Amino acid sequence: MTKAGPSETRVPLHEIPRRRQADASIAVVGSPNSGKSTLFNRLTGLRQRIGNYPGVTVERNVGLMKADGRTIELVDLPGTHGLSAHSYEEQIAVDVIFGRMAGTQPPDGILAVVDATNLYQGLFLVQQLIELERPIVVALTMVDAAAAGGLKIDLEKLSAHLGGIPICSVVATTGQGIAALRDAILALPGNTLPQPTMAWPELMAVATELASTAALPMRRAEIERLIIDGATGLNAHVLECLGADAAIRLVRYRDELFGLEPPLAREARVRYAWVRQVLGDVQEKMPVLLSWRTRVTQIFNQPIPGTLGLFLVMAIVFQAVFAWATPMMDLIDGATASLGGWVGGQLGDTAFSSLVADGVIAGVGSVIIFLPQILILFLFIILLEDSGYLARAAYLLDRAMRSVGLSGQSIIPMISSFACAVPGIMATRVIPNRRDRIATILAAPFMTCSARLPVYALLIAAFVPAQNVVFMNLQGLVLFGLYMFGIIMGVLTALLLRKTALRGPKPPFALMLPEFRRPNSRTVLMQLLGRARVFLRRAGTVIFAVAVVVWALAYFPRSADMDPSLTENEAAAAQLEQSWLGRAGHFVEPAFAPLGWDWRVSSAVIAGFPAREVVIAVLGTVYAVGDEADEATLSRRLKASTWPDGRPVFTLPMVIGLLIFYACCLQCAATLAVIRRETNSWRWPVFAWIYMTTIGYVGALLAFQLL
Amino acid sequence: MIGVAYVQATIAIINANHYHLDMANNDITLASLKNGQSGTIRSIDATDPQVQRLMVLGLVEGTQVQQAGAALGGDPMEFRFFGSGISLRREQAMRFIMTRDSGD
Repeated sequence: MTKAGPSETRVPLHEIPRRRQADASIAVVGSPNSGKSTLFNRLTGLRQRIGNYPGVTVERNVGLMKADGRTIELVDLPGTHGLSAHSYEEQIAVDVIFGRMAGTQPPDGILAVVDATNLYQGLFLVQQLIELERPIVVALTMVDAAAAGGLKIDLEKLSAHLGGIPICSVVATTGQGIAALRDAILALPGNTLPQPTMAWPELMAVATELASTAALPMRRAEIERLIIDGATGLNAHVLECLGADAAIRLVRYRDELFGLEPPLAREARVRYAWVRQVLGDVQEKMPVLLSWRTRVTQIFNQPIPGTLGLFLVMAIVFQAVFAWATPMMDLIDGATASLGGWVGGQLGDTAFSSLVADGVIAGVGSVIIFLPQILILFLFIILLEDSGYLARAAYLLDRAMRSVGLSGQSIIPMISSFACAVPGIMATRVIPNRRDRIATILAAPFMTCSARLPVYALLIAAFVPAQNVVFMNLQGLVLFGLYMFGIIMGVLTALLLRKTALRGPKPPFALMLPEFRRPNSRTVLMQLLGRARVFLRRAGTVIFAVAVVVWALAYFPRSADMDPSLTENEAAAAQLEQSWLGRAGHFVEPAFAPLGWDWRVSSAVIAGFPAREVVIAVLGTVYAVGDEADEATLSRRLKASTWPDGRPVFTLPMVIGLLIFYACCLQCAATLAVIRRETNSWRWPVFAWIYMTTIGYVGALLAFQLL
Repeated sequence: MIGVAYVQATIAIINANHYHLDMANNDITLASLKNGQSGTIRSIDATDPQVQRLMVLGLVEGTQVQQAGAALGGDPMEFRFFGSGISLRREQAMRFIMTRDSGD
């Protein structure tokens, strides 16, 4: 490759300017748990949009900050400890910082978020960021916690050590210092570039030398990363830009700089030596912070109290989901039923009245009723995550996960999947190894998600007697059993995959454990509202549409010549049977007859493949025809439904089979889409769907035939 | 340039050879710290990429580390350093040679 002549200025594609809305784009960079997201929410408020990076479709959290007639775009990057990426998530952060993410502008400046109680790790990252030679401002978060721990930081001295860059101390939870930080961010694009720290002059000398002879203009920081990390697929273009001659010299320099020492180890040694020197100068004492939280933590870090505590926490979560939600669910149930009855009464016996009462209200209402349960479940998962407990669960369960070929890091995605597999699968991005990550992704959909809950709840309430066994409620016991069943199936799936298609070395485990902290109520509330909105939007669109379609299929064609001797209910049943839905159900019935399902159940199950909670809506519509739609009526109707010869449809083996089918089957288009996205291949979602559906079918078959 | 590189290569080799357990000197590894005990990292066997990752997180020579807990069976273990907590497995913890802090 030759150098570009003056007439021919070659610019990498991603540096060609594109029209954009904001005046400047600032990347928000920080290590996980540095308070980055809370600060981001504080700075941008509700002016956020969550989009996707083109191609990789990882969410791109962008918020706008407006002042003085200018708009600054803040891009919240995934947390990273340094510029040497270790996981997929860190890779995204690093790619955006270097402007390598296709379709995304390189940032005009950097907002580095550093936890004041953890300057040690924070300064390691800041040191690397300064070498990027972009305008940078440091936000020192949690200064209140640092002060409470007796930690004093000399900001002026610190700034001097960091080449004179602005440093703002803030408390993101209360808003203290935010105004000053906002001004600093607005002033950022005009700031002079930071002077690199002289922490590692040898590396910088080599990088400068290589940059001076590069075929294309290169950032020194990128060359530094190439020297340390070596040539990988990710920095291939850096090598290309350097030119062939420089590439040969690069190998020699690496050898001279590092000898036998692993370059990453050298980097850590050199940079942390510098950090320790700076800390000794700017920090009044080197504390081993021992707050009351740490002391509480220490009790629960001991093997036995820790493990008992974990079981206690999980028990409280499940108890709360069922006990606390009941009053609210009863309220919604009553409201739906009386609304349906009132509408039916007002509109008379017309097709439209039937559409509104039996289709929309009965269908959508039977799903909406589970909103309280789902929100309580999400609340607990969010609280566990934000308080730092989930990381502890990961570490307490690492050993158990190791025995099935995974590591403790798979625990966080799996627990999140109890709420919903979609965020659960996205949480696998922190798992460094691809094989471990895919095994976790395929185990996650077996966890009992909040959409399975309504189906379980309905069938259990209808068919499991509410009696006590020893001192436990039988219904609760069955539900607990279903949760355990999901966990066991998921774990067995991971084990199976790790022994076959995803064979590989034991996954490593090392996890930063954040201190316990009180979750920020604002952040929790915003996440919870987001989940509620997603659920209600689904109920208002997908489930509404399915309810209407199912109603129409069940209502038409109307038959005029009904036998007048039939009672009202018998007439409704006969009408249903010869409707489109009835005919379609009868068509697929043979496939499901070995499982003991009649055409009604079969058609409901098939309708549930795009989203499993739809089943309830379909059952609600099919069974509520000609009656008010509350949960008790639905379960009474299920119990009363019979085969043509009078045998009941819902026998115990059939119900157990149906529950097994639901526990296994992958009836969720959103999960399939997210597996496709996260594995970047159709192979895994297709495999997951066939695998899970087959297990569900066979399981239901065995239960019905053998029990 | 060459001179500097030579000195550094020599230092690297010394570092690589420096890793050994000196039993007579009462050396311990990170894995053998008991609950509440602390020590300072003296040398590290950095051949394992996992160990290199831990070094990037701040576990380097001179860092004072305190054992702060363990899961059932004593593995993984939890350590605290400079206001951070980290959990890691015994296997990696064995790669860190410690000098026990006085007073333990």
